Amino acid sequence: MAFEGLADRLQSTMQKIRGKGKVNEADVKEMMREVRLALLEADVNFKVVKEFVKKVSERAVGQEVLKSLTPGQQVIKVVKEELTNLMGGEESKIAVANRPPTVIMMVGLQGAGKTTTTGKLANLLRKKYNRNPLLVAGDIYRPAAIKQLETLGKQLNMPVFSLGDQVSPVEIAKQAIEKAKEDHHDYVLIDTAGRLHVDEELMGELKDIKELTNPNEIFLVVDAMTGQDAVNVAQSFNEQLGLTGVVLTKLDGDTRGGAALSIRSVTNTPIKFVGLGEKLDALEAFHPERMASRILGMGDVLTLIEKAQANVDEEKAKELEQKMRTASFTLDDFLEQLGQVRNMGPLEDLLKMMPGANKIKGLNNLQIDEKQISHVEAIIQSMTREEKTNPEIITAGRRKRIAKGSGTSVPEVNRLLKQFEDMKKMMKQMTGMQQKAKKKGKKRGGFNLPFNPFQ
Amino acid sequence: MSFFKKLKEKITKQTDAVTEKFKEGLTKTRDNFSGRVNELVARYRKVDEDFFEELEEILISADVGFETVMELIDELKMEVKRRNIQDPQEVQGVISEKLVEIYEGGDEASSELNIQEEGLTVLLFVGVNGVGKTTTIGKLAHKFKSEGKNVVLAAGDTFRAGAIEQLEVWGERVGVEVIKQGAGSDPAAVMFDAIQAAKSRNADILICDTAGRLQNKVNLMKELEKVKRVIEREVPGAPHEVLLVLDATTGQNALIQAKTFKEATNVSGIVLTKLDGTAKGGIVLAIRNELGIPVKFVGLGEKMDDLQEFNAEQYVYGLFADLVEKEELSGSGD
Repeated sequence: MAFEGLADRLQSTMQKIRGKGKVNEADVKEMMREVRLALLEADVNFKVVKEFVKKVSERAVGQEVLKSLTPGQQVIKVVKEELTNLMGGEESKIAVANRPPTVIMMVGLQGAGKTTTTGKLANLLRKKYNRNPLLVAGDIYRPAAIKQLETLGKQLNMPVFSLGDQVSPVEIAKQAIEKAKEDHHDYVLIDTAGRLHVDEELMGELKDIKELTNPNEIFLVVDAMTGQDAVNVAQSFNEQLGLTGVVLTKLDGDTRGGAALSIRSVTNTPIKFVGLGEKLDALEAFHPERMASRILGMGDVLTLIEKAQANVDEEKAKELEQKMRTASFTLDDFLEQLGQVRNMGPLEDLLKMMPGANKIKGLNNLQIDEKQISHVEAIIQSMTREEKTNPEIITAGRRKRIAKGSGTSVPEVNRLLKQFEDMKKMMKQMTGMQQKAKKKGKKRGGFNLPFNPFQ
Repeated sequence: MSFFKKLKEKITKQTDAVTEKFKEGLTKTRDNFSGRVNELVARYRKVDEDFFEELEEILISADVGFETVMELIDELKMEVKRRNIQDPQEVQGVISEKLVEIYEGGDEASSELNIQEEGLTVLLFVGVNGVGKTTTIGKLAHKFKSEGKNVVLAAGDTFRAGAIEQLEVWGERVGVEVIKQGAGSDPAAVMFDAIQAAKSRNADILICDTAGRLQNKVNLMKELEKVKRVIEREVPGAPHEVLLVLDATTGQNALIQAKTFKEATNVSGIVLTKLDGTAKGGIVLAIRNELGIPVKFVGLGEKMDDLQEFNAEQYVYGLFADLVEKEELSGSGD
């Protein structure tokens, strides 16, 4: 990774301070410089950074850090808290009009992801809120933009309202609302063409649509990779249209996403959703705390945990735990577990969410071969039921058969069996330890993470 | 003779129309960027630490990227010391000089496209989602077509809804043929088809579109490598250019984009789009500085002929056009 997170940055400063016993104001100043750099590298606007650093240093000098025995960690804590505060609470609610239909307008620069987000939002409205939205193709300028929305509509099996590219977007919006009333749609999502915030003519067109449709929500769609210019864009759209929310897209990339902070602080408009992938269900609520960790390069443990919770069947997990305890864990269980891990998404993505993972050299180039997992699955699937529950019976002859059946080689089968044996041994040891610990005292329960995000 | 005069003189030899395009397209950038440099220079009486710190901020706000800014500032400080400059007005000239130096990166010819005199030239376009690949291809096809070249387009974005249709509309507008398969088909297969078609039609130039992909999606980058391999196999020496399209509004992530796409497809040049907004696109400085990839084209507007060949002098002239004119008016020669 090209950029270090705040924790790494502070590490070197801390090394200088260590041994002094106590930090003074000059030390705090140096730490603040690192905070500033970390934020700038995350693309937070420099003006926002300036204000932010001022605020944090006041808190820091105001004894919180000076008195602390672990000033580095204290600084990170203060920075993260302030960041989270600044980005506001979790507000992924969508307005509901007193008299339907509720009208939502999607606006933004070219290529921010408005059309895709419109599709995702419609999907979310139907899935989560049981609504019946009408999609409106208002981008008459970009070639095939209407076709794009129509294709999304087809994928979602939802109606798309279009009058072709010869009718003005204002007229399209007007007729779309009529149509929505007729067909009893409770939401109308108006996709608009991407435009520059300095393009007076096209911004005027948006104002006209706003005037005519009186939308309940105007969402600014912003690319999470946007740099320093994010403030100009957001401010300009907000001043001219009065935004009600922001959607941050392409967050499944590896950008730090400092634009989130910039936008929030200049528009004071909540960031409501984030786009996390190209599929139509990849739209999620915005979590300020996670965003703060991301901006600071501290990994995203919460999303990782949530992903695990969403994809792992709880009862199965309990059953598995029981099996691990009694060491009756079979190759069948192993296969199932593999499947569950795979359900959580590409392994590289999971790894990258781990705090400190960006510190591991070469992780970026490391490609976890999903094929390798398929091989393992194939090998296990080529075993008989008896072999799976009782791998000890697998003789050389059986190994040959398994290798042939799974299209792999005998050494690969051997390796898997060996790994499985080792795993079982480890489980025995671990469960043994756990039981001992339980006897000693029950206090330490809960979710014990093998890593501490603040180190 | 001052630096600006030299710059101006060099430029007058080039066509005025192009210079105007740059000036016009970069209006917002200039207002924001050099306006602030001007203001800074006017405000300070002498060149001191505070002056440099503020200059640092201006460059950072142009998305130049911290490391490059630090390097530039260090060099400036040294230059100021060497020439014993006290007056902030004089520093201004040095700033532009350094900027051109970085943009040119040592060799001036590098912004030209590698077009084969004979036989087929293949250009491959890559980049993340929404940067303007398809639009750029449309504009470039128009440019080649008006130069009398026989152009074929390959609709390699088989993933995004409506992408094939988008390229087809451009094909109709420009009057060039688009080779395509259905949505969801293998992009490498589309390229194979397109190359055969281009060969049999005796085309001069084949421009290949690909689906936008975030650089951290390993399997999608692998897919791109495969596309490139197919092109390499079918046409010796191809692709003659791999052009990475970058959105000028993108911040520091553009550097990672350039790095990763370079590793996967050996990017030979950059197209910087959407420069007609308020974004400064300063990250290309960092990319040029750290990775040595030259900018070959810039997108300065939405019209068909708004794609311009990149020229470092034009670019810096665009950034500092007000200054050059001011100097001319006062007629001061030194």
